[in-house]
Amino acid sequence: MTIGDAGALSGAGTGGTVLEVRDLRVRIAARHGTVRAVDGVSLEVARGEAVGLVGESGSGKSMTLRAILGVLPPEAKVTSGQILLDGVDLVPLSNSDLNRIRGPKISMIFQEPMSALNPVMRVGYQIAEGPRVHLGYSKAQAAERALELMRRVGIPDPERRFRAYPHEFSGGMRQRVMIAIALSCEPEIILCDEPTTALDVTIQDQILRLLASLCRESGVSLIFVTHDLPVVAQLCQRVAVMYGGELVERGHVHDVLLDPRHPYTLGLVRSAPDVEYVRESLVPIPGSPPSLVSPPSGCRFHPRCAFVEQDCRVQPTPLRELPGGRYTACLHYERCEEALADRIRP
Amino acid sequence: MSAISADGLMAVERQVAPRSVRRWYRQPALAFGVVLLGLIVIAAVLGPLLSPYNPITQNLGQTLLGPSAHHLVGTDQLGRDTFTRLLYGLRNDLRIAFLAVVSPFCIGVVLGSISGYFGGWVDAVIMRLVDIVVAFPFYVLVIALVFVLGPGQRSIYIAITLVGWVSYARIIRSEILVAKRQDYVLAAQSGGLSAVRIMARHLLPNVVSQAIIYGMSDIVQDILAIVALGYFGLGIPPPTPDLGSMINDGQNFMTTHWQLTTFPGLVVVLVGLSLSLIGDGLADIIRPGQA
Repeated sequence: MTIGDAGALSGAGTGGTVLEVRDLRVRIAARHGTVRAVDGVSLEVARGEAVGLVGESGSGKSMTLRAILGVLPPEAKVTSGQILLDGVDLVPLSNSDLNRIRGPKISMIFQEPMSALNPVMRVGYQIAEGPRVHLGYSKAQAAERALELMRRVGIPDPERRFRAYPHEFSGGMRQRVMIAIALSCEPEIILCDEPTTALDVTIQDQILRLLASLCRESGVSLIFVTHDLPVVAQLCQRVAVMYGGELVERGHVHDVLLDPRHPYTLGLVRSAPDVEYVRESLVPIPGSPPSLVSPPSGCRFHPRCAFVEQDCRVQPTPLRELPGGRYTACLHYERCEEALADRIRP
Repeated sequence: MSAISADGLMAVERQVAPRSVRRWYRQPALAFGVVLLGLIVIAAVLGPLLSPYNPITQNLGQTLLGPSAHHLVGTDQLGRDTFTRLLYGLRNDLRIAFLAVVSPFCIGVVLGSISGYFGGWVDAVIMRLVDIVVAFPFYVLVIALVFVLGPGQRSIYIAITLVGWVSYARIIRSEILVAKRQDYVLAAQSGGLSAVRIMARHLLPNVVSQAIIYGMSDIVQDILAIVALGYFGLGIPPPTPDLGSMINDGQNFMTTHWQLTTFPGLVVVLVGLSLSLIGDGLADIIRPGQA
């Protein structure tokens, strides 16, 4: 699988925006100061579309997802911005109002399927719980629904597996159970927090194909958080790149990963193993991620950037639209083009 | 290659041996506790069938008899068969102790869950209440409460509930504090489940075993409290047999009729021993690796 296969698995999104995040800001109160975990993130997800959200650890990807669902840790807070699901802003909603949305409209898949499943609850019951609570199903209806979901996500012999506990499943099967739970109330959008990171490569591929087929057949949308670029290329139509709590680049997977317009994305692409595009050795990004308590002035990436200019250190860098419906935060994005032209073209 | 795997095997065996020895040593304790408690409970339940005498009817012609074929442990100062009174006393005390554990358990588990799950001011209020109760020794507070409420079964239940819930609340709260950080709780929240449902269906089954283990030793504590109350004359009112009041009554005849105090005392010891053994055994099974 290479970056060249962009969006190969799932079809393009069709019509209508499901979720729109506008200028989301999340602050975390920590002992050593306020952490600006998410700082002005805007995203749009169309029906049936898979959007990748990539970035290093600590760049705010998971916090963005948890803010969307309203399940931030107690010390974190959304300080501004809107999260519009079908046009309704989720930010001011109370927890009990959110509970009517979480599950039937929006749900989440976690990185570690073992710890995200309740160890002392039978798997079938965990899948059936959503329909019982949200769709008002009777016990028998919910059990029937759970079996149907288990078949849909490819769990063999669901009648027998229904009564099993999570520890009796393999990693890939547990992730299928997670997907079945996320699907149980037919949500419009599923947030995926690195769902394939804990799995080995062949299982990873199966899970990605399953998610892609769900996108295609049920029209469910995905936000797919990962730091694995080939996975994004395989599954997603569009991608947003996060760095230090901000979005630095956004656009179609093809454009962003093959022809980056931000030096950070370029660095990510070059540091990922890929048979077609990294001809020499892998090139790491020097330095380490910025402190989110007191982020660097100007462009947050400037201390690590090879193309840094004087204005990068002072001038704020909001996302700007470029021709072709893509966005970058870089003031000197042409330098990426030049770098690509020099080094990579054969 | 084969040398390496043989070494590995040896290492594994060396690791396993002491653990299995420990289990072998622990299991009989649990088994012994279960058998002992089983016999005690059977004796208490079948009490009326095991003895032809009435525990309350006085027979002033046959007071203070020594042990014989008719009266296995003799009779007391009012001519009542001591063995019969032991069976009925055990029956009463066990029933009250087992029932008395239920309401503190439920109240403590519910308040502890709320405290641990929600945190904040709710937690602060509940934990200050706990601190107030914990500041007094258990028996002192129970005895004082029963003294205020007046002797009798109802007072015993109320006093033990008011004092006993705090331990369950503390145990469950600390367990919930750890468990609520687990991903499965976040997953349940993400699934739009209510806080009550998450606590009752997702968290409690994961943490309640700790409270059950504690409950075993709590029954022992309650039995001792009931016996102590009976001894002070604050327990079950007189004609009804109770181990504590039997010990107290027999005290007057200690030098001539030692069996009147010794046997009720021994029965209390056996009940406490069996429950403690079960509690320890359960703890080892439920929390493997910490043994």
